[in-house]
Amino acid sequence: MNRSDRIEALEQTARERILVLDGAMGTQIQDLKLDEAGYRGERFAEWGVSIKGNNDVLNLSAPDAVRAIHRAYFEAGSDIVETNTFSSTSIAQADYEMQALAPEIAREGARLAREAADAHSAEAGRVCGVAGAIGPTNKTLSISPDVNDPGHRDVDFETVRATYFEQAEAMAPYVDWFLIETVFDTLNAKAAIKALLDLRISSGETIPIMISGTITDRSGRTLSGQTAEAFWYSVRHARPWAIGLNCALGADEMRPYIGEISRVADTRVIAYPNAGLPNDMGEYDEAPVETAGHLGEWARSGLVNIVGGCCGTTPAHIRAIAAAVDGLAPRQPGAPARVTRLSGLEPFELAV
Amino acid sequence: MSSSKPRPSFVNVGERTNVTGSARFRKLITDGDYAEAVTVARQQVENGAQIIDVNMDEGLLDSVEAMTRFMRLIAGEPDVARVPVMVDSSKWEVIEAGLQNTQGKAIVNSISLKEGEDQFREQAGKCLAYGAAVVVMAFDETGQADTAARKYEICERAYRILVEEIGFPPEDIIFDPNIFAVATGIEEHNNYAVDFIEATRRIRENLPGCHVSGGLSNISFSFRGNEIVRRAMHSVFLYHAIKAGMDMGIVNAGQLDIYDDIEPTLRELVEDVVLNRRDDATDRLLEAAGQYRGQAGGPARERDLKWREAPVADRIRHALVHGINEFIVDDTEEARQAFDRPLHVIEGPLMDGMNVVGDLFGDGRMFLPQVVKSARVMKQAVAHLIPYMEAEKALTGDQGKSNGKIVMATVKGDVHDIGKNIVGVVLQCNGYDVIDLGVMVPCEKILETARREGADIIGLSGLITPSLDEMVFVASEMERQKVEIPLLVGGATTSPAHTAVKIDPSISIAPVIHVLDASRAVGVVSRLLSDQRDSYAAEVKADLAKIRERRLAARSAKARLPLERAREKGWDCDWSAHVPPTPKHPGVSTIEPGLAELVDYIDWTPFFFTWELKGSYPAIFEDPRRGEAAKSLFADAQAMLTRIVEERLLEPRAVVGFWPANRDGDDAVLYTDDSRDTELARLFGLRQQAAKDNDRPHLSQYDFLAPAGHADWIGGFAVTAGDNPKLLARFEADKDDYNAILFKALSDRLAEAAAEWLHEKVRREDWGYAPDETFSSRELIAEAYDGIRPAPGYPSQPDHSEKRTLFRLLDASDKAGIGLTNSFAMTPASSVSGLYLSHPDSHYFAVGRILRDQVEDYARRKGWTLAEAERCLAPILDYVPGAADAA
Repeated sequence: MNRSDRIEALEQTARERILVLDGAMGTQIQDLKLDEAGYRGERFAEWGVSIKGNNDVLNLSAPDAVRAIHRAYFEAGSDIVETNTFSSTSIAQADYEMQALAPEIAREGARLAREAADAHSAEAGRVCGVAGAIGPTNKTLSISPDVNDPGHRDVDFETVRATYFEQAEAMAPYVDWFLIETVFDTLNAKAAIKALLDLRISSGETIPIMISGTITDRSGRTLSGQTAEAFWYSVRHARPWAIGLNCALGADEMRPYIGEISRVADTRVIAYPNAGLPNDMGEYDEAPVETAGHLGEWARSGLVNIVGGCCGTTPAHIRAIAAAVDGLAPRQPGAPARVTRLSGLEPFELAV
Repeated sequence: MSSSKPRPSFVNVGERTNVTGSARFRKLITDGDYAEAVTVARQQVENGAQIIDVNMDEGLLDSVEAMTRFMRLIAGEPDVARVPVMVDSSKWEVIEAGLQNTQGKAIVNSISLKEGEDQFREQAGKCLAYGAAVVVMAFDETGQADTAARKYEICERAYRILVEEIGFPPEDIIFDPNIFAVATGIEEHNNYAVDFIEATRRIRENLPGCHVSGGLSNISFSFRGNEIVRRAMHSVFLYHAIKAGMDMGIVNAGQLDIYDDIEPTLRELVEDVVLNRRDDATDRLLEAAGQYRGQAGGPARERDLKWREAPVADRIRHALVHGINEFIVDDTEEARQAFDRPLHVIEGPLMDGMNVVGDLFGDGRMFLPQVVKSARVMKQAVAHLIPYMEAEKALTGDQGKSNGKIVMATVKGDVHDIGKNIVGVVLQCNGYDVIDLGVMVPCEKILETARREGADIIGLSGLITPSLDEMVFVASEMERQKVEIPLLVGGATTSPAHTAVKIDPSISIAPVIHVLDASRAVGVVSRLLSDQRDSYAAEVKADLAKIRERRLAARSAKARLPLERAREKGWDCDWSAHVPPTPKHPGVSTIEPGLAELVDYIDWTPFFFTWELKGSYPAIFEDPRRGEAAKSLFADAQAMLTRIVEERLLEPRAVVGFWPANRDGDDAVLYTDDSRDTELARLFGLRQQAAKDNDRPHLSQYDFLAPAGHADWIGGFAVTAGDNPKLLARFEADKDDYNAILFKALSDRLAEAAAEWLHEKVRREDWGYAPDETFSSRELIAEAYDGIRPAPGYPSQPDHSEKRTLFRLLDASDKAGIGLTNSFAMTPASSVSGLYLSHPDSHYFAVGRILRDQVEDYARRKGWTLAEAERCLAPILDYVPGAADAA
């Protein structure tokens, strides 16, 4: 089965039921309680700086652990897992002086997820998808890092576009989708979209795109200040396979914004909230049954097409979520009226 | 499900953050006061702008940098950033900079078919990838559309390409069918508003899903300064355009009146103009406009002749200010009898009146049509006085010693001369001798005239942006040719800042003075020609230096690569896979092209451009406005051409040569023979330094030449149509300017045709790398063939002095009778020269602006001083020569 077969099969499934994404990768890695040596493995034993916390490097130094996490999610009921490549860009890897390794980390991450998906698919006899995770990087294009100089930027659009292009090109052989996720600055996401569209032209291959933004708090805005609807208008030109939200909020707090997206989006809606808000210790303690309860309600309200979990969620959460949405009809994306949609921080509509 | 939507409301696009539309914003940006510039943006959003237009197209700005900086700053201002941005520029790189710095979905303003379908598709495709809506101007390969039919036709064509070919969402297309000024006093402008409205109606009826927008302030351009009339024009125009389907506009959001609130008399007058309902609509509105000047609702000016009762000096002033020529001859005669000498009438009441006109115009309280009328009154008055002045001279033996001689011209490439003519009239009336060279005057002619006439001052005028560079060029040529007389510059596009930063540094031997308007010209000229000349000149230089310092302080690092880095990114190819063709006839040979053969190679489009008939041949004959004039001109040209061919009125000559050559760094080394042991000459190249995306190479034209170890060749040529001074003298004696210009224009075309013909012959025979090539003349003009013929002094090697080497190699003077002037202009004027490069991937490009490191390196290679290099390369320097390390 090749990519287009899998996409076609999962598109058919998505018409019949709600698809299930995986849960957190980081939380599972934390549970491994790896020390510095654990992150380094043999290959990076002599690396000059500390790399503890560089989850993506495990694609190279501990591939079995990563593959095992993917397998656990497929066994819990995920239709799609995300590659362990959230920070596999040269910009993000520079923190560990591993910028030169970024394409290799990205490629291996994609390959590991593909292997896990193909293995589970063969065992369980169902279609398993892989979404190539593209994170926001640790630099922002819309926000100045220097309070005294609001016009300053550490990076420019072209640099960010280029880093994403490199990451996407490395992952392309193995993934079924690209998933631009945890978008807290829409301009970074637009650079990623441009990179993916550029890659389509240079490779001649169309890999569908999913996009998931992050509403940071109850103000209902992204970190760069956009409302959920304005965010959607800003990325709609990617003609995404799915649009939605993840991270920062638990399901309870995310509900109004996913509702807003669901109202305006003329494509599938994806949602994968955190396991509640972090407690005093920075840990997520929302029980699987609670998270699943919220997502089940979203499904019954016809808000979503793909659900999963972000920070703090585990295979147990995914099992509960899969059960909660089982048998419920997916949201039917409407064909919205032909309206001109522009945006600043806020949406702008003009009837034609 | 179909819900009945309310009719979409009209969208205000704020225009205050546009350097071309707002003098205040332009000043803030050029001064680097971005904090205040952001405040302007905030205010216009507060005033109701639903989208803000951001435009940084100003000749002196690094527009990419200004756009980037401003967009980043407003991104951090929630009160501004909440609305979408319209990224407005005529330069794609500036638009791209805007798109790369806005997280929202913006509108690109604008793209068009101006440069053809390929570029249009490419830019539209990028708009899709960046996620932006587009404004599409009704502009195509033949120009900007002015009739309703052309506007619609272009928009329809654009729509088909966008929607059907590249899948652009129709709702993201906004057409701008060009709002042009009405009531300009030029009859063919009268229907412009009607044309826009009609085109809008057709677009909305036939091209589903799109919008129509326009820049509103253009419509009332003739009335700038008169806010009441302008607002009324805007409201009336919008009222009708919105009914036709216009749903977006670039407007000053704080300044729109409600149609019904406009005073009925004014509304009627304005409506006559906008809807072109009466032939005298413009005159009637102009007539009434005076009473609306200043505050609103003032009492109507009495339409009487009370002013006729005033003393004669006051009457003359009144007649000038109001452009009334009815009584001027009588009044002038009365004044002549009252004054001692006729000259005193000019120096007294006439000049007083013109000074008032100058002040009013300078303050924007008078409009172009009125000023032209004033000038006409002035000329009639002076014409009445001239015979008396001549008689006085004859009587007194006064040789009519002039106060000074001024050579004036609208610079090459520009046809606007109203301002210059006014200055000319004013100066003449002050006893100065004015030699007006007219419009589109090449630098060499200005300087030559100044030298020949022993002029005291040169005055340059220009209205369009490219004229700025031409003025810099004239100044740098004055320096080079040691024309040590003051230079005045004026016209809409000039500014003290441009004068300080670009013109003044180009000329050290004479002062440059920016003259804001005609009323200041006399004061400036009289000081320049008085005893205080030196102190005044020093004062002017000091002022300009101050402006320059301020601007340098406001400037920051530009995206240009150091020469070494640019070199690393030069163009290269797999030379082992390319076998350079060996010329069939190496060495230098002369050729005499047959006139009859050249006729088929003429590119007629530039011929029509010469005559200000813009449009491509042969489509121009179908142009509803220019078609007739074009046909008649073309018939005359054909008749003249037949004469030229049959009577052999011209003798074209050409010389062409090929030499073994290799690339050496940025340069080309030419060898005496194919053993490549002895260097014959060296041609120098310049390399692009502007930073690029997408890894495009930083070109030098000699990158297309193979490096040492490969048997590559370079060619060179010079060709002339010849000239016929005897014939021209006869035309001039007959005062037959028309035929004189026609003959010169055709000579130019024949020279270009000869270059095209020669290049083809070279490709097929002399170099012979494309023996089977068969292109039509259209394809030749479109440069469909392999290889290029770049000319020294043109964008891919802007240093004209390279011609000297080329001409020496070709022995062009002896072999083809073509010489070079001091400024490397070729004589006869109708001549073309250039190099030949054969690589199939070679192409034309522009070196663009370069940094000091390259200029230093270039000077070293050419054995020049830095100053010589800077002078020669002045138009492309990315820094101010002599300024201490401006980074």
